[in-house]
Amino acid sequence: MAAAIAAYNTGIRDILLIERNNCLGGILNQCVHTGFGLKYFNDILTGPEYAERFIDKLKAIPEIEISLKSFVVNLAGDKVLKYLRFGKLETVKAKSLIMATGCRERTREMINIAGSRPAGIFPAGLAQKLINIEGLMPGKNVVVIGSGDIGLIMARRFTLEGAQVKAVIEIMDRTKGLQRNVVQCLEDFNIPLYLRHKVKFINGKDRVESVDITGVDRQLKEIPGTQFNIACDTVLVSVGLIPENELIEMAGVEIDERTNCPKSNKVNMTSIPGVFVCGNAYKVYDLVDWATRDSELAGKMAADFIRVK
Amino acid sequence: MKMYDVIIIGGGVVGSAIAHELSRYKLEIALLEKETELAFGVSKSNSGIIHPGTQNPPGSLKGKLCVRGNRLTRKIALELGIDFKEVGELIVAFSESDMEHLKQIKSDAEKLGVRGLKIVNKAWLTKHEPNLSDKVVSALYAPTAGIISPYRFVYDLSENAANNGVKIFTDTEVKNIKTAGKNNFELITQNSVFKTSYVVNAAGLYADEVSAMIGIDDFKISPRKGEEYILDKKLEHISNHLIFPLPEEHTKGILIIKTADGNPMVGPTAKEQEDKEGHSTSDEGIEEVFSAVKKMMPKIDKKHVITSFAGLRPIAGKDFIIRHEDKVPGFVNVAGIQSPGLTAAPAIAEMVARILKDNGLKLKKKPHFKKHRRKTTHLFALPLKKLEKLIKIDPEYGDIVCRCEMVSVKEIRDAIKRGAKTLDGVKFRTRAQAGRCHGGFCTCRIMKILSKELNIDITTVTKRGRGSEIVIGELR
Repeated sequence: MAAAIAAYNTGIRDILLIERNNCLGGILNQCVHTGFGLKYFNDILTGPEYAERFIDKLKAIPEIEISLKSFVVNLAGDKVLKYLRFGKLETVKAKSLIMATGCRERTREMINIAGSRPAGIFPAGLAQKLINIEGLMPGKNVVVIGSGDIGLIMARRFTLEGAQVKAVIEIMDRTKGLQRNVVQCLEDFNIPLYLRHKVKFINGKDRVESVDITGVDRQLKEIPGTQFNIACDTVLVSVGLIPENELIEMAGVEIDERTNCPKSNKVNMTSIPGVFVCGNAYKVYDLVDWATRDSELAGKMAADFIRVK
Repeated sequence: MKMYDVIIIGGGVVGSAIAHELSRYKLEIALLEKETELAFGVSKSNSGIIHPGTQNPPGSLKGKLCVRGNRLTRKIALELGIDFKEVGELIVAFSESDMEHLKQIKSDAEKLGVRGLKIVNKAWLTKHEPNLSDKVVSALYAPTAGIISPYRFVYDLSENAANNGVKIFTDTEVKNIKTAGKNNFELITQNSVFKTSYVVNAAGLYADEVSAMIGIDDFKISPRKGEEYILDKKLEHISNHLIFPLPEEHTKGILIIKTADGNPMVGPTAKEQEDKEGHSTSDEGIEEVFSAVKKMMPKIDKKHVITSFAGLRPIAGKDFIIRHEDKVPGFVNVAGIQSPGLTAAPAIAEMVARILKDNGLKLKKKPHFKKHRRKTTHLFALPLKKLEKLIKIDPEYGDIVCRCEMVSVKEIRDAIKRGAKTLDGVKFRTRAQAGRCHGGFCTCRIMKILSKELNIDITTVTKRGRGSEIVIGELR
């Protein structure tokens, strides 16, 4: 949204915003906690409130066409896009393209935690959506793998809904999330944090029953004698975000294999001229305020690209 | 109470293939499956390979039925509208002595009727399998190896069987069997009793326990675990054939598998265990798999893993046990169906039909057997032009639920109409939740669709049946 508005403010009058969900806002819609907009608006907002400020601005600009429930199926190097929506396969050619496709969560399977595959294991963002959007309670006794922000936020969220969060397990020697989250989510609620530990096995036939935990050394190898078990019915996985750049990869953009981010010489640019990436898809930001500024920059660059041509 | 002609215990690939075969005849048939959906036992944890027939003991049922099954599966796949791809297989050799072993495998297989085998050299391999390690000196090429989706095979076989009159009962576990005279069985389940003249025991891991219910306990099912690791679809073309190492005594080894879904898969391990319910992966397992795989294709790495699972092979000795139990007339055991069970399934079904006929069951062909089944639509398998036409006819194909695998709401609703009741059932039929984010984004919506289509409370939606509910309730 910020990129579209910035492009408009730079003088572009023909803008299409394609969104796969049935509403605008993206991941912000499920982030009911506050802390958004401290830098950008000098205000303390929840995720939906922050999104709403941009939605209102956007809706006031008729030259920005919004296409919801629209799913891009093909992107070519010449910036021809094909997208699906109810009843139609549309084709458009863009002079300039901005990808604001955000991230997906790293899963338990990707980090190869051994054990069974029962119900009750959730990427933290999925648990967040179940609670905040669907009004459903995923479980009662929780262990959180990873001290990323989403995991810390959800540790607090679960506690506020009456669950018992038994532990947050972090493999490194310091937490991954913002310090303010460690204080406001863990310390304020007496949730135990285990640094230099990892979950080595998940137990449970149909539903999670417990996790086996072990201490690890600097080389992330198990330290003998430090194993213990925690009974639980829910495991949240919060071990990092992966930028969703498979579409631009399809178009031939060079991607850094390690981070899944586009290789670029200049911020927001990619190896295909006229194709820009912004927000978390460009680089995983820890505050939406920075993702927003980054997107405005991309919007302006995309606009400048057209004018220069 | 209704008297069936045949009841099949077990709704995996073997049970479904038997149901499909018997549904050609004028018979009253029921299929009983203890899990919430078919294929939820051994059949879902499968490599999906239709073997050419190599590496089976000469004179074995495995050998004979695998070769016949390889041919039958192609025919059935066409009739049922399921994708079968003949990708071919390479058994690789790293040394001169390995090559002797290859030649032995080739001649043994040719005696069993396997066609087209040839030993290929390094030049051939460099051209046709460029990512293979340069330490591989030669390979045995078996062109008739193919791949199929094992669970979609089960669903398509059973759906066609049901379409031809077979009654399928899930969440129905046989707890006891009473015999009230010759060819007169009473199958007691948790909430009903079934009467039948003939019983076919295709109960996979529990075939020995079912057989013991009628007093035949001369075999035991010993589970052997196999861990498999599925890789990112980006690596779909890292190999062009199925890649096998030289076989060991009781396992074909750790393979590089092309799957019908596109994602490569590596594994399986082979480890004996007592527990018939223990389906966990292990740290040792992943190390074993990747160290073996890297020898054959060094580019493949642990970092490419998007999911993993462990299956249990139902081993009962060295060969399949497919026999009529003369001491209990009317009872047919179909046990110990490990590899090449998937390949052999249609041939096993033929053999079981013959055994039943030889033991008194009248097989009268149905004049109107519905041989064909309309192919299931998968958006991800359609070229864009076809997709465009499809959406104009049915706009719901344009409403995408699973983004990673491009699965529409229409496909999911169709899967539920065809029997999916759980998240795993939807996943196996449509591939929704099987991609990179593994359900991270689409689980909520799929739960809502299941709740609406099945008219059940969303809090009762499960991963794979009772006990695996996703949530514990609503927020208070």
